[in-house]
Amino acid sequence: MDALVNKRIKQVLKGDQSAFSDIVNLYQHKLYQICYRMLGNQQEAEDISQEAFVRAYINLHTFDQKRKFSTWLYRIGTNLCIDRIRKKKPDYYLDAEVAGTDGLNMYSQIASKEQLPEETVQQLELQDRIQYEIGRLPDKYRSVIVLKYIEELSLQEISEILDMPLGTVKTRIHRGREALRKQLSNL
Amino acid sequence: MSTCPQYIVDYMHEYLDGDISREHEQQLKNHLQVCSDCRQHMHELSDTIAFVKSAAHITAPPYFEEKVMKRLPKEKNRVGIQKWFRRHPIIIAAAVFFLFMSAALVSSYPNDEFSVTTQPNLIVNGQTVIVPEGEVVKGDIVVKNGDLVIEGEVDGNVTVINGGQYMASTSVVTGQIKEIDEVFEWLWFEMKDMANDFKALFEE
Repeated sequence: MDALVNKRIKQVLKGDQSAFSDIVNLYQHKLYQICYRMLGNQQEAEDISQEAFVRAYINLHTFDQKRKFSTWLYRIGTNLCIDRIRKKKPDYYLDAEVAGTDGLNMYSQIASKEQLPEETVQQLELQDRIQYEIGRLPDKYRSVIVLKYIEELSLQEISEILDMPLGTVKTRIHRGREALRKQLSNL
Repeated sequence: MSTCPQYIVDYMHEYLDGDISREHEQQLKNHLQVCSDCRQHMHELSDTIAFVKSAAHITAPPYFEEKVMKRLPKEKNRVGIQKWFRRHPIIIAAAVFFLFMSAALVSSYPNDEFSVTTQPNLIVNGQTVIVPEGEVVKGDIVVKNGDLVIEGEVDGNVTVINGGQYMASTSVVTGQIKEIDEVFEWLWFEMKDMANDFKALFEE
């Protein structure tokens, strides 16, 4: 797959914009999933993951083809997500909710830090519950947990994506696991 | 569990990361056999991981690819040129060099004016230069925009630019004879000339 990706990258660099669509096709689901798990909102996840692809396209000449493209792309994506989370205002969704909520239930609209009453949480479907619990994690634990257990990436790759030492990644995963454990055992 | 050492929890995480040493693993196992609190803790951690891993795979919404492609900036000429510049620095350097070179050459490109190297005993008749019969011209002759008729002897090179060169049966030229009409020949000539000047500079 890497050989194909590098071939497409070379074509894009030569000015063949359409070659980029294969790259998008290959990585769209994984990148979207990371963004969705980080942001907990479908519209934002779509917007941010598309933005990540656009930035990857614009900065493609800076990509070192000896390295793994997915790592580079996920790094752009996670950075955009982290920026978005930091800028997010608590009442952001009150306006956004109304427009085209096709296929969205109310839980996908919940701001990540918001606490739900216990009874409500217990009534959540498993998948909504998972997203809710991930969303309650502090940002720095959320990103490592998502990359490790949902994307199933190696610790080494996570350290490259998040641009932090391996030791820090480990510490955050340990603390993230403990934080999740406490969230789950409280109920 | 509050009485259990912290390193037991650390070992649990090492175990979950899959990079626990055999020694630590043995210690952890021994401890878990005797401590139900830690066993419980370990179970909860494993359940937590299983819980997160049971998250369904999420796929990007439909038409994602098309939407990305629409958002890409149009490949502008300027951007393309910049990219090309970045990737071919040597060609750019050569082009800049050539630009300066050609400016220097063009400025010395012959215009329509007639000119001839001043040598004694040359006869100039309108735009025709004549080396008279019986005369010996010592040195090179360069004629621009005119004809050269050689009836006598030239002890040197003869160059005619944008003109004709006619020799009588009596004429003798000791050096080379050249006729230059085309621009490129002219450039070549100028460059060789420059190179010769350059060489001469060092020989002095």
